[in-house]
Amino acid sequence: MRRSEHVYRSISSISGQLIFLQGVVSARIGEVVTVTAPHGLKMDAEVLEIEGENVLIEVFGETRGLDIGRTSVAFGDTVRLVPLSSDMIGRIFNGSLSPADDMPMFIPEQWRPITGAPMNPAARARPEEFIETGYSVIDGLNTLVKGQKLPVFSCAGLPSKELVSGILKNSRLSKGEGDFVVVFAALGLTFHEYSYYMKVLGEMKTGFVAVINSAEEPVMERLLAPRFALTIAEYLAFEKEMDVLVIITDMTNYCDALREISTAREELPGRRGYPGYMYSDLASLFERAGRLKGQKGSVTMLPVVTMPEDDITHPIPDLTGYITEGQIVLSRELHRLNVFPPVDVLPSLSRLMQKGIGKDRTREDHRKISNNLFKYYARGRDMRRLEAIVGRDGMPEKDIRMLDFADLFEREFVGQASGRRGIGETLDIGIGLMKRFSLEVT
Amino acid sequence: MTGKILGISGPTISTDLKGLSLYERVYVGHAMLTGEVVRLEQDRSVIQVYEDTRGLAANEPVKGTGTPLSVRLGPGLLSGMFDGLQRPLRRLKEEMGPFITCGREIYGLDHQKKWSFSPSVKGGDEIAQGQVIGSVEEGALRHLVISGPGNTGRVLQIREGEISLDEPLGTYDGGGMIVGCHEWPVRLARPYRKKFAPAGPLVTGQRSIDFLFPVAKGGTAIFPGGFGTGKTILEQAIAKFADVDVVVYVGCGERGNEMAEMIEEFEGLKDPWTGRPLMERTILVVNTSNMPVAAREASIYTAVTMAEYYRDMGYQVLFLADSLSRWAEALREISSSLEEMPGEEGYPTYLASRLSGFLERAGVVETLGGMTGSLTMLLSVSPPGGDFTEPVTQACLRTTGAFLMLDTALAHRRHFPAINWFQSYSLYADELGKHFRENISPQWDDLLRRAREVLQKEEMLREVSEIVGAEGLQDSDRLLMLAAEKIRMEFLSQNAYSEDAFSPPVDTLALISRIFQFYDRIRGQLAQGISLDDALKTECPS
Ligand SMILES: Nc1ncnc2c1ncn2[C@@H]1O[C@H](COP(=O)(O)OP(=O)(O)OP(=O)(O)O)[C@@H](O)[C@H]1O
Ligand SMILES: [Mg+2]
Repeated sequence: MRRSEHVYRSISSISGQLIFLQGVVSARIGEVVTVTAPHGLKMDAEVLEIEGENVLIEVFGETRGLDIGRTSVAFGDTVRLVPLSSDMIGRIFNGSLSPADDMPMFIPEQWRPITGAPMNPAARARPEEFIETGYSVIDGLNTLVKGQKLPVFSCAGLPSKELVSGILKNSRLSKGEGDFVVVFAALGLTFHEYSYYMKVLGEMKTGFVAVINSAEEPVMERLLAPRFALTIAEYLAFEKEMDVLVIITDMTNYCDALREISTAREELPGRRGYPGYMYSDLASLFERAGRLKGQKGSVTMLPVVTMPEDDITHPIPDLTGYITEGQIVLSRELHRLNVFPPVDVLPSLSRLMQKGIGKDRTREDHRKISNNLFKYYARGRDMRRLEAIVGRDGMPEKDIRMLDFADLFEREFVGQASGRRGIGETLDIGIGLMKRFSLEVT
Repeated sequence: MTGKILGISGPTISTDLKGLSLYERVYVGHAMLTGEVVRLEQDRSVIQVYEDTRGLAANEPVKGTGTPLSVRLGPGLLSGMFDGLQRPLRRLKEEMGPFITCGREIYGLDHQKKWSFSPSVKGGDEIAQGQVIGSVEEGALRHLVISGPGNTGRVLQIREGEISLDEPLGTYDGGGMIVGCHEWPVRLARPYRKKFAPAGPLVTGQRSIDFLFPVAKGGTAIFPGGFGTGKTILEQAIAKFADVDVVVYVGCGERGNEMAEMIEEFEGLKDPWTGRPLMERTILVVNTSNMPVAAREASIYTAVTMAEYYRDMGYQVLFLADSLSRWAEALREISSSLEEMPGEEGYPTYLASRLSGFLERAGVVETLGGMTGSLTMLLSVSPPGGDFTEPVTQACLRTTGAFLMLDTALAHRRHFPAINWFQSYSLYADELGKHFRENISPQWDDLLRRAREVLQKEEMLREVSEIVGAEGLQDSDRLLMLAAEKIRMEFLSQNAYSEDAFSPPVDTLALISRIFQFYDRIRGQLAQGISLDDALKTECPS
């Protein structure tokens, strides 16, 4: 067995991000290697496939300038490990986990494999403790709980950025107990988005760790950044007993990177060119959310997905929906009406909310209020279709009342342009609305 | 015999180890990862590895075991929770903590635990394979100890009383040991004497299934549906309420939280038919979506073999898998790492034959021991984009007896279970209708026909009313719409989180006949010239 570093110059071919190397003695799958270009530039790569002494490696950085003969490849005999420390809190890193905030690198307390290990299903504790995001439409109707994975499905041009920054700044544990940290992973950010989020992070009051991969950074890093974020989150949650909310934006950039890399590897394309293993790959991220029995700490995940062509059946939102525990769906129509956050209540659902609300969690009347609000709003939306056919004047008074309720519900309950609301305030607004229309709360 | 790793690609490796046979179990690498031989060539064999291959290096050792991938069968499986290779997850947690790391061999059965054994053979009897040797009490269930391959001969002496699986139950003439458990290769269907057509209903407690689309014991049904249409909740509800002796539930490539929730819930519940703790009749096999994909592929075989084992004791066994699509995708991932020629949507061309081979393991059988047992399969399918024309749904359609289509539109309206009453079907409906008519009520068929009719007419009337408005319809049509709404909202909907989650056939019939009594009463009044609004006022005065 090899223990020390081995260096080879036996490259037989280079194609895109892929390098074939000959005569390598016992490489490991997933092993981290360093490629040194003739001009001295070093870049990260990983062992992808092994066939006898021929090894296929994938380079993370820009491969321009590499050659056959002078370029060298050094094997490190280890899979990719993430340096970890509680000193990471308050820090901003780039997609290769180097400091991006002009401060020195921290001193690692621990190293862990970037892929993590699957949680034993027998060790999982059921998610049931409320996390308050400060938005009524989420807290009241699509409640997020510790250990859950709940994505936001957005469309191009909708203010998901503003929603994310609101959640970044406003989320907290309902009872204020325990340590709460937000881990923020941003993938493929444009310069504009980058400066926007930098400003938001500057205003944060809760603890945070940010891993920011900008659009001009290597595509491979887009696949690493969320894994860095999750490895940090698991460390803070299960080693340091913190409740960690991981926000990842935008998973669509992640999936496109996955597709690009898969194509470069000449793998068989699946639906719309995305690789057949995309479900497993996304699950390897999302399933890292959870809580453990008899242990403090939790990893909760809120990934943002932009639905290409506003199509919820597109493989990216589709596979995400198949893995996550519900979804928050944004709507163009509400955005046009200036409702912020423009969350469409009907297709949105938090599958784990039932256990996280009620007495001792939020408030005793929570379930009743949310069921009724949903019911009346759904009825109001049905009435809108009718209104389009027979006209408002042709409708009986009780139907018109539902129409008006739906309008006001969107403006006053869903919409909250400024400020965060506590769960109590959210529920009171809900009750108030139903009272105003003399709607019975059953 | 030991060979070495030649190549590694995703979940598969190749080795120069000689003398392997197809589907043999092997140990891979210094970490002793479990694998299975999937292809043999002149100078190399290809192995699919059931654990994460990351960190594996070329030239690490590969060892054969001489036996195919198998599960251990014996008392102690009930209330257990296993991974796709039958490793007990609770013990795994005690030994390695809350996260699963690789290469740990733990058997599915506890070999130290003592069981109170009473023999049903005596000295001088012949024991053949599949025969009952005796029994132990496994919770509420009388677990018949069945002889496995090679555990045969003339009994010299047989014991009785407290015995663990490590000890012999007795001896054969010639000195062989009579043993209480055995191994069985997961990919090989367990043998039986005879197979019968599925018969008698599997009562699910779900009105829309038992009434509209009933499933027979020994039959197969699929529930295809897009995400969030209620597949998991439905499967879990059936696992709770079905009138069977043993339930084997496979979480195949799905969520860990879901399983935690299920276990916690099941631990507090009773079997509605026997009053015993629900877990005592349940076996869980869990390979969540982030656990190794090859083990996901194996998990349904591991589970079905345990299900067949209880069937062989003459029990009614229900096998539930959520989701079959994840199994098919695992098959696809492995196939692509073997560089096989892809078929439709990248699935291997043998998808359909593998699937039908698997579904064939359901049925009502006469066991080798001469008893009758059944194995029913209910499988969820997760079609990409909710599009039912995709290969997995289509391959299932050709071989399954019932197709319960879960509808995204219904789910969005929060109509659960979201079983579409127009597109679903059950090939068992006629046969089982007869059963319900004879055993529950002579009205069963008639009410069923009327319910179908009302729902059908509502669909037509709805189109009309969207143009003229509900107020523009005739009273009789408005009444029909009202009855249809009652059928949909009060009868077909069943909230899994409420008391109403379980509806035995008697209650199912009572509810639908109440709805039609109401309908007929008002219709009678309309016939007398009373307007619908007036008739409704007297019916429900509030
Ligand atoms: N019978 C039911 N009663 C009440 N609510 C239900 C019922 N069935 C489903 N639901 C609601 O729908 C949600 C989704 O159901 P479920 O998890 O079973 O979907 P699924 O089809 O398994 O989705 P996926 O394919 O993503 O796993 C549940 O969390 C619950 O809120
Ligand atoms: Mg499900």
